[in-house]
Amino acid sequence: MDFASLLTDVLREATGPTAIAYALAAIGLNIHFGLTGLINMGQAGFMLLGAYGFAISTIAGLPLVVAFLIAIGCAVVFALILGLPTLKLRGDYLAIVTIAAAEIIRFIGRSVGLNDLTGGSQGLLGNQFKYSFEGASPFADGLVAIGPISLQMNASNSWWLRIVGWGLVALACLIVFLLLRSPWGRVLKGIREDEDAVRALGKNVYTFKLQSLVLGGVFGAVGGIVISLASSVQPDSLGRPVTFNTWTILLLGGAATVFGPVLGSILFWAALVLVRGLMRGLIPPDVLSSTEIEPLGFVLVGITLVLLIVFRPQGILGDKKELAING
Amino acid sequence: MAEPIVTDAVNPDVVAARDALRGVAHTPGVAKPTPLLVADGVRRTFGGVNAVDVEHLEVQSNVITALIGPNGAGKTTFFNLMTGFDRPDAGSWTFDGKSLAGVPASRVSKSGMVRTFQLTKALSRMTVLENMRLGARDQVGEGMGAALLRPLWRKQEKEVTEKARDLLARFKLDTKESDFAGSLSGGQRKLLEMARALMSDPTLVMLDEPMAGVNPALTQSLLGHITALRDSGTSVLFVEHDMHMVRHISDWVVVMAEGKVVAEGPPKEVMDDQAVIDAYLGSHHDTDLGDDSLLEEESVISAEAMAELEAEEEAK
Amino acid sequence: MLETAHRAASRRHRRRGLGLLPGLLLGLLLTAVVGLVAVPAGAAPAACSPDAATACIQGTLRTSAGEPAVGVTFDVEGPAGTFQGVTNDAGQWSVAVTEAGEYTVTLDETTLPAGESLRDPAANPKTVQADLGRRPGALFALGDPAAAPAPSASASSSDGAGSGDSPESPAAPEAGAASEGGASGESAAAEGSGNNRILQLVVSGLVFGLLLALASVGANLIYGTTGLSNFAHGDLVTLGGLIAFTAVRTWGLPLWSAIIIATAGGMVAGWLLDAGIFAPLRRRGVGVTQQLIVTIGLALSMINLYLVLYGASPLPIVSSISERIDLGPVSLSQQTILSVVIAGVVLAAVALVLQRTRIGRATRAVSDNPPLAAASGIKVASIIRGVWVSSAGLASLGGVLMGLYLGSTRFNFGSVLLLLMFAAITLGGLGSPLGGLLGALVIGLVVELSTLVLPNDLRYASALVILIVVLLVRPQGILGRAQRIG
Ligand SMILES: Nc1ncnc2c1ncn2[C@@H]1O[C@H](COP(=O)(O)OP(=O)(O)O)[C@@H](O)[C@H]1O
Ligand SMILES: [Mg+2]
Repeated sequence: MDFASLLTDVLREATGPTAIAYALAAIGLNIHFGLTGLINMGQAGFMLLGAYGFAISTIAGLPLVVAFLIAIGCAVVFALILGLPTLKLRGDYLAIVTIAAAEIIRFIGRSVGLNDLTGGSQGLLGNQFKYSFEGASPFADGLVAIGPISLQMNASNSWWLRIVGWGLVALACLIVFLLLRSPWGRVLKGIREDEDAVRALGKNVYTFKLQSLVLGGVFGAVGGIVISLASSVQPDSLGRPVTFNTWTILLLGGAATVFGPVLGSILFWAALVLVRGLMRGLIPPDVLSSTEIEPLGFVLVGITLVLLIVFRPQGILGDKKELAING
Repeated sequence: MAEPIVTDAVNPDVVAARDALRGVAHTPGVAKPTPLLVADGVRRTFGGVNAVDVEHLEVQSNVITALIGPNGAGKTTFFNLMTGFDRPDAGSWTFDGKSLAGVPASRVSKSGMVRTFQLTKALSRMTVLENMRLGARDQVGEGMGAALLRPLWRKQEKEVTEKARDLLARFKLDTKESDFAGSLSGGQRKLLEMARALMSDPTLVMLDEPMAGVNPALTQSLLGHITALRDSGTSVLFVEHDMHMVRHISDWVVVMAEGKVVAEGPPKEVMDDQAVIDAYLGSHHDTDLGDDSLLEEESVISAEAMAELEAEEEAK
Repeated sequence: MLETAHRAASRRHRRRGLGLLPGLLLGLLLTAVVGLVAVPAGAAPAACSPDAATACIQGTLRTSAGEPAVGVTFDVEGPAGTFQGVTNDAGQWSVAVTEAGEYTVTLDETTLPAGESLRDPAANPKTVQADLGRRPGALFALGDPAAAPAPSASASSSDGAGSGDSPESPAAPEAGAASEGGASGESAAAEGSGNNRILQLVVSGLVFGLLLALASVGANLIYGTTGLSNFAHGDLVTLGGLIAFTAVRTWGLPLWSAIIIATAGGMVAGWLLDAGIFAPLRRRGVGVTQQLIVTIGLALSMINLYLVLYGASPLPIVSSISERIDLGPVSLSQQTILSVVIAGVVLAAVALVLQRTRIGRATRAVSDNPPLAAASGIKVASIIRGVWVSSAGLASLGGVLMGLYLGSTRFNFGSVLLLLMFAAITLGGLGSPLGGLLGALVIGLVVELSTLVLPNDLRYASALVILIVVLLVRPQGILGRAQRIG
């Protein structure tokens, strides 16, 4: 097997739009779970809404910035609709309601009735809405090789998308860093520990939770935009498994840390591509066909998640001492 | 906040309030000269059972009031109702003259009535100092936008931190300031929770069993804190089973049983009232019994663990 | 409160988690063993796996009789050049292209099996958009041009079934199941009009609800006793269906023994999950949230393992189409009636055990207040073990019956139902088994009756909307209790 090309694939994936999108989604989830203790099982719904919001408004002829803002607006509204009724309830309800709501978004998006708007289960092809983003690139078109990776400068899965994507990740990390050390972040952490205690100290817990849900959801939506710009908007490719992967990424990197989600995403995708590539290269196809390798990779992801919780619940960057307190 | 704890250097308001209480009849629901908290017809039922059914109760300002009664008498539920953590089936109540019925817990706390919990709620994975800072009211940096701009709240944060350190020193927790609250012993967590409640300079603190689980060696200083609190102008309402404590520091005692206020008066009189002893205190009288022992976090820990905790505390 | 107890207990038990691993592996092994002896799910399609630099244009071709069409050639032309694909034994073909863009797919009609022709010759060639990392499908239907337009829909589900860019293997087929199989088992027969149709839908809804109640009651018991929302519960339901499928179709056993084996298999899985993973986690005082995430990991592993072992196509547990029986204005299949009877009896038995027996009372005591139960001499750990075993057994049994009712099972069959089960439990009030039954009936009715006013593909969405609406009005669910503070 060709190790050089496998390593190139790994590098390409670990720095590519998928890793970027998941890093953003995991940063959002970190605000929900790591900081506030909210169990959001519908992060994929935020991503899907962001992708739809961006793609549909671009297709409708709106400029890039407006489409971006509409995507964010969709996430804000979704967070409010979810949060207003459920954030007063027990934590379990939020988990069930968010996962249900994300599925509702997907079901509606793929329903035949909305074919004209969302493209139904086929989704929206990238070519329909990528032009405004690609047109905003200051760089000249063409194939550019950096190290072993050779990509289009501006089209689809491009250098331009990576530059903007990592810029967004950096911005998100900065925001989380600033919030984490602020009194606002302190209230969120207090809510994570025990919301009644925080309520007893005169904080309007509900408002803080709502703010957290909205902010984290917005990061999810931005992740959704990145993923849609790399390929297309596909409702079924932003289903429950995406949320589960995002959780794995967050816990792998370390919840309640600034860089944990980013590191987690890079490692997650690198490892997945590596493991799949190795399986494909080392196991003869008659033992394990390539269609089986794909799900087998996710069997490993699931086991990793279990092992993480059992053996290293604080993730790679988390504070062992801090986590040990709860068990 | 940093004045030394001198129990005898009594504040004139306290003297006045105590004097005034002397003229008050010793009957349940009696009116007080300057009441801070007034409850009327507050009732809460759980599955048909009246957990709380208080016809009328006034809590005098500037003094320490003890709320006692057997397990299941409804004391904690009464606290929950007054502070907005639970909603009554009926009734109204005012605090400092303002009605608090239907007001959410956070607003109750903002209005100056701050409580602690029977089962301590230390915020485990935050440091002791962060726990304390959280208690301060009206922080600019608690706005989501302002949080990003440190200059807006840097000065206030410094003040909050200073105040937190003062209080921690008073509660002998200053050496623990950068430890996670979850690593403290049960008694220290109780102290932390009390200190945290004081960060907002409340008008009335409501302490639900502040002594439960606290190492007896710390009891004396805890009593000192509470009386000092009263002397610095804060009114105190506390639930306790430790009758020494009730006798020793309270100015007024209210007895609850089966949800109702069944007796009130000065500690000595109430606790020597044979009817109260027989009917409501029973064998609990003068024994330091922990409340709701089955629900207590501590009771789940084995005796060996308890001994360990105690040894730990003693070592400090 | 439970968590407090765990946390306290954890201070005493700082054991390493080595005990967990064998359990996890055993659990996975169990499913693997069951799966390995199963029929392999059709021959694998031509090797192509999309990644960041590759797209797989693919499709499945079936003859007008629904059999795989073998050896048919496709020519694919586009930006990356010209390629050729040939269908394999399963009628599947794929072509790997390394450049995104529009491709023209031409079916070579001369290679079609004898007697077959394209249903719509004008649809050949087809144009598809290939994005890197995806599996765009190019589907052709064979058959008489006049025949009903029902091309083999299952092929489309391979589109996006995992890809380098957005790798969610279970997602796409799941959606497929939701729209194809779903709860449509009986309502497909609901062709009548007016009252009759409504009546048929009501009956279907009640049947579906009853089976949903059986499948979900275990999750409710687990929640009640441990506070854990088990996201792998749906995959335990699938386990039952798959074991029954294997027993009947591979081992050739009669259905009744398959039902028993599936239930027993589920119980073993439940025992392994608790003994191997959750009991040690509880002993170490790991919080409920962390345990919940463990169940997510398990769900992810299990569903993908099923996919590897059984493939993505629907798996009918019994091959013959069962006879329909008319009951007044509605008609039900024999299989359905069998399922309903078993589900009804088992649910009644569960209720009886919970209400009348010592074990049942002990279980309810643990649900109410674990520390108190422990203090009054109840062995909480063994009660919870028993709850896990029966929960998984009931889920498995529910999976078989649901599979009989819906006509087939599938690797993601239970996980599609997971949300409906959660919705049922939540509606009824988390931790209240009777409420769960009511909730499930409500969900069943909503799912079926919504088809009167909404398009079929929104039936599950409508149930989830109802869930959210009910939570708005009555947050503790239909029969749930408010929580205690302080
Ligand atoms: N959330 C609740 N649900 C049901 N019963 C409750 C709840 N909270 C309190 N109770 C009941 O109300 C009564 C009063 O309890 P509580 O206020 O805790 O008493 P105390 O604090 O005086 O020991 C008890 O019988 C208790 O069991
Ligand atoms: Mg109490």
